[in-house]
Amino acid sequence: MIINVARKELKSMFASPMGWVILALLMFSFGTYYLNGVNDYFAVMSGAMRPAERTGVTQFVGQNVYGFASFMVLFAVPLLSMRLVSEERRNQTLPFLFSAPLSLTEIVLGKFLGLVAFLSILVVYIGAMLSTLNIWADIDFGFIVANSIGLLLMVASFSALGLYFSSITQQPVVAAILTFIALFALMFLDRFFAGDPSNTLASLSLTRHFQSFAGGLIDTADIAYFGLFIASFLTLTVRRLDADRLRG
Amino acid sequence: MNDFTVEAIGLTRLYGGREAVSNVSFNLSKGQVLGFLGPNGAGKSTTMKMLTGNLAPSNGSVKICGIDMMENPKEAKALIGYLPEMRPLYKELTVDEYLTIAARLHRVSGANIKKAVEQAKERCGLGHMSKRLIENLSNGYQQRVGIAQAIIHNPMVVILDEPTVGLDPIQIRDIRALIREVGSERSVIISTHILPEVEMVCDHVQIIDKGKLVFNGAIDVLKKQRIGNKLLIAMNKPPKAAELLKIVGVEEAESVSDQLMRVRFAEGATPAEAIVQTAVAKGWGLYQIGPDQTSLEDVFVQLTYQEQAAA
Repeated sequence: MIINVARKELKSMFASPMGWVILALLMFSFGTYYLNGVNDYFAVMSGAMRPAERTGVTQFVGQNVYGFASFMVLFAVPLLSMRLVSEERRNQTLPFLFSAPLSLTEIVLGKFLGLVAFLSILVVYIGAMLSTLNIWADIDFGFIVANSIGLLLMVASFSALGLYFSSITQQPVVAAILTFIALFALMFLDRFFAGDPSNTLASLSLTRHFQSFAGGLIDTADIAYFGLFIASFLTLTVRRLDADRLRG
Repeated sequence: MNDFTVEAIGLTRLYGGREAVSNVSFNLSKGQVLGFLGPNGAGKSTTMKMLTGNLAPSNGSVKICGIDMMENPKEAKALIGYLPEMRPLYKELTVDEYLTIAARLHRVSGANIKKAVEQAKERCGLGHMSKRLIENLSNGYQQRVGIAQAIIHNPMVVILDEPTVGLDPIQIRDIRALIREVGSERSVIISTHILPEVEMVCDHVQIIDKGKLVFNGAIDVLKKQRIGNKLLIAMNKPPKAAELLKIVGVEEAESVSDQLMRVRFAEGATPAEAIVQTAVAKGWGLYQIGPDQTSLEDVFVQLTYQEQAAA
């Protein structure tokens, strides 16, 4: 049943130009970064004399692309997640889902998975693009896998938060703005506490937890952080929708 | 064990202390069509939302085929097809895409989805609209898609909130036939403002006013109240009322206007023939005679008005 809701969301996303345009633009920009990365690699490495200064092509290009991708999704996710619930509320289509034999949890999980499935197209695409380096070089697939998992988890966290903000308003634009502000704050929280890295608030920052993945390290603590982040916002969304049913 | 398809027990819904629906109870059996009547804001839609699990009642409970909506919402909802007042259509999808999603979400098994979609389209006259975007359909066709969505999984109970709004007369006739067809084997609840419609398609009527049920019974009771035992007679030279009273069976006569008289006769009596014969014999110049029908609207107003007077 969750799958059916997710399929419906995917269908809606591909039925409007919005989904296609965002996919195309993001892929174009990632492609550009990839190309630049490969070009720069030769320029930089020819200047790096000492062996310590040299890095592998996977890490050099990968960091370039994944760093940029983690920043770009900050704009893409709010635009995609804003419609999930608020538009249904505005068009009064929610009764369609509420009167179907579905629990609220199934509806919310379905919508969440639909969006994550859409965004995972990007993650897979970036992974595939970087893997093409293997034709000329011997690349580090572990690094790509770690980064992909990290990016996917981060995108999923963004989506969960976006879904929640979409469920509290009727206006998709308001949902997008709120999501963007919240995500922006969470991304750059650690910058504010740069002087005091042990601060508890700083460790709430999404970027900080992405960092270990970016370095090629899969840390269960970070996975747990993203998992909890997603679970909390999905629970909040379920509760918000339940309030609709109770309060009317 | 009874075989009620819908049981509403003491449904009450409060909105900030104000009772939008108060203590509404009724039962519906298989093969019945229930019409829900009431002025604007009477609580028709609120009741329907509670029946379909879209709104939690403040008090009372709903059972669909014996399954409690509160305790077992998924099972209960699987037995319902619901068309809300605002059609829940995803306008960016085509008719086929939308109906396929509806079938899938209502647990139609994978192998039967195609068949279910075809059948629903055929029943609602949407066959040639399959590939059109819902957005581009006319109001009436969108309404049909909404109805198709509600009957696609062949539910035990079909609940339609004002199903004939925005349709042209031919479409209305088709939809009414469809409601009757569905109602012959399942249960249907419709709400409407259009009173003759109730008379045409429903077996049972409920009139709701200010959140309270003011009338609940078979349509025949309403019809009887409506046709009554009065005759309206038009004559060129109307006689005195006393002359009419002499005719057997006539209990009361009054003149309505210059040429029009209203006659009330005893239950079971058929004085029409006697009246015509007397009129011809005495040269009253009779040119029209017929039953004096109180319109359903009048009955409706009476019922909702009585309640106000009593309160």
